[in-house]
Amino acid sequence: MSDMETAGIVVVGGSLAGLRGAEALRNGGYTGPLTIVGDEPYPPYDRPPLSKHVLAGALDAASTELPRLVRLNARWRLGQTVVALDRIARVIGLADGSAIPFQSLLVATGAQARRWTRAGSELAGVFTIRTRDDAAALRSALASVPARVLIIGGGLIGCETASCCSDLGLPTTLVDSNPAPLSRVLGATVGNVIAGCMMDAGVDFRASTHVDALEGAFGKVVRARLSDGSAIETDLVVVALGAVRETGWLSRAGLLADSGGLTCDSACRALNVEGQPDLNIFAAGDVARWPNAHYGDRLMTVEHWGNAIEQAEHAARNILSDPSDQNAYRHLPAFWSSQFGINIKTVGSAEGAEAAAITQGSLSSRRFLAVYGREGHTVAAVSFDEARWLPSYARRIEIKATFPPVPGAIDQERVDVVDPGFPAPRELAGATSSVRQEAAHA
Amino acid sequence: MRIVVDLNRCQGYAQCCYAAPEHFELRGHEILFYDPAPPERERARIERAQQACPVRAISIEPADLAEQDEP
Ligand SMILES: Cc1cc2nc3c(=O)[nH]c(=O)nc-3n(C[C@H](O)[C@H](O)[C@H](O)COP(=O)(O)OP(=O)(O)OC[C@H]3O[C@@H](n4cnc5c(N)ncnc54)[C@H](O)[C@@H]3O)c2cc1C
Ligand code: SF4
Repeated sequence: MSDMETAGIVVVGGSLAGLRGAEALRNGGYTGPLTIVGDEPYPPYDRPPLSKHVLAGALDAASTELPRLVRLNARWRLGQTVVALDRIARVIGLADGSAIPFQSLLVATGAQARRWTRAGSELAGVFTIRTRDDAAALRSALASVPARVLIIGGGLIGCETASCCSDLGLPTTLVDSNPAPLSRVLGATVGNVIAGCMMDAGVDFRASTHVDALEGAFGKVVRARLSDGSAIETDLVVVALGAVRETGWLSRAGLLADSGGLTCDSACRALNVEGQPDLNIFAAGDVARWPNAHYGDRLMTVEHWGNAIEQAEHAARNILSDPSDQNAYRHLPAFWSSQFGINIKTVGSAEGAEAAAITQGSLSSRRFLAVYGREGHTVAAVSFDEARWLPSYARRIEIKATFPPVPGAIDQERVDVVDPGFPAPRELAGATSSVRQEAAHA
Repeated sequence: MRIVVDLNRCQGYAQCCYAAPEHFELRGHEILFYDPAPPERERARIERAQQACPVRAISIEPADLAEQDEP
């Protein structure tokens, strides 16, 4: 292998975290060799529009390329998958057999759509949405007017897809194992507002139901069998069951990684199986699981756009700093979604909240601000078309303000505290039971 | 040209929509819909939209970077 003098920094994953991390390295004064390896054939592009304007037909999947903000002078290796890591020799191996040495490695490999693995997984007409190609393929299938779209999973992406399908006038069914859409992200109390939107839009929402099997004819999906014994005739299925991470190449190298993420220390350095940080390997974005000081060092992964940028920039600063001078990454999660004509925005982590209060507007008007509390502290806020209020709540979450908010302290007359309706936490394959996951953008 | 709007930051103030109505549009009460790939000849107008945004949510690829660093 070539000597370490020329090895430089290698970024694995050519998407949001990879691009912004690479830019932060240059902004931070790094002038050495920089290589970006990405297995998709495209330059970095933006995923949020895929399940919104691209499915709706308002934007082309190819128009979502991300702007470059800094001159990188990087060597791009696109269409190349990293399959191996040698931590001692500091070399990564690519699927084509070539090897790239590194001084420091930034793992920004994100997540992949969870595939349908039950009966019917081989059938045509079954889609997921993660990549540009996924969205383009699903968009063209929707444009050829399916008889009924079946969406499996009522998370953010499932609900955004249902919204697009109903805008397109397509008969749509959404099956979710929880009592309301978005239950895991926002709780059933707020999720029921979206259930109401679905009813108004003619989306057939099946609560607390599972799809047991997909059935086909001539290789194409024709029907879904549900856990309540019923069947749905469908010729287009969208599997929106969240994301998994392909971290086999990291765990084989002795790092603490599984389908839930690559575990890091507070400075975003990857941990080995002994729990010690590898001083040359960092992670950021959807793949990174780290102890977030904001939530009492709870191990979290945050699968949202804002975190990919912030964490990549943070990891880049630590890469360029001395191992004895590493800063902990503290992050207040935030995301947006748009569906059924409503702009949804959140700050904080509502997961595990025991109580919620509507502090502006009302659920029935579908314009409101809800705050979430846990152990007497404000932990999250969600806005439905009331985004202007959110920044002041971000501050309250930051300082762990008392929950419920004191009436009159903001400008409401009375706060009703309600049960947010979160489902019991699900068991995660490969993760210890104490590891609770952040609600995924999936 | 390539642009992106940080929709966590965006407050739906619609100043960008007044500056470049062909490329930024508010849907519903506050959903910002924008064109991530407007034509290069629109750069002056897009930059005006960027400057008008009170929360600096709009990022634009500088013209001299567009041809550089092509993967
Ligand atoms: C359809 C959709 C809609 C979304 N909407 C929103 C939204 O409205 N708001 C919001 O806040 N967030 C949203 N998100 C989440 C947001 O897009 C992600 O958090 C963000 O993309 C994470 O960036 P990343 O760079 O960490 O990972 P990714 O974007 O997943 O990129 C990782 C890249 O690494 C590549 N890679 C993986 N393994 C390897 C390997 N071994 N070798 C080489 N390359 C590899 C992958 O192919 C991929 O290109 C959405 C996500 C999706 C999929
Ligand atoms: S001006 Fe800025 S805050 Fe207002 S809608 Fe445009 S991007 Fe959003």
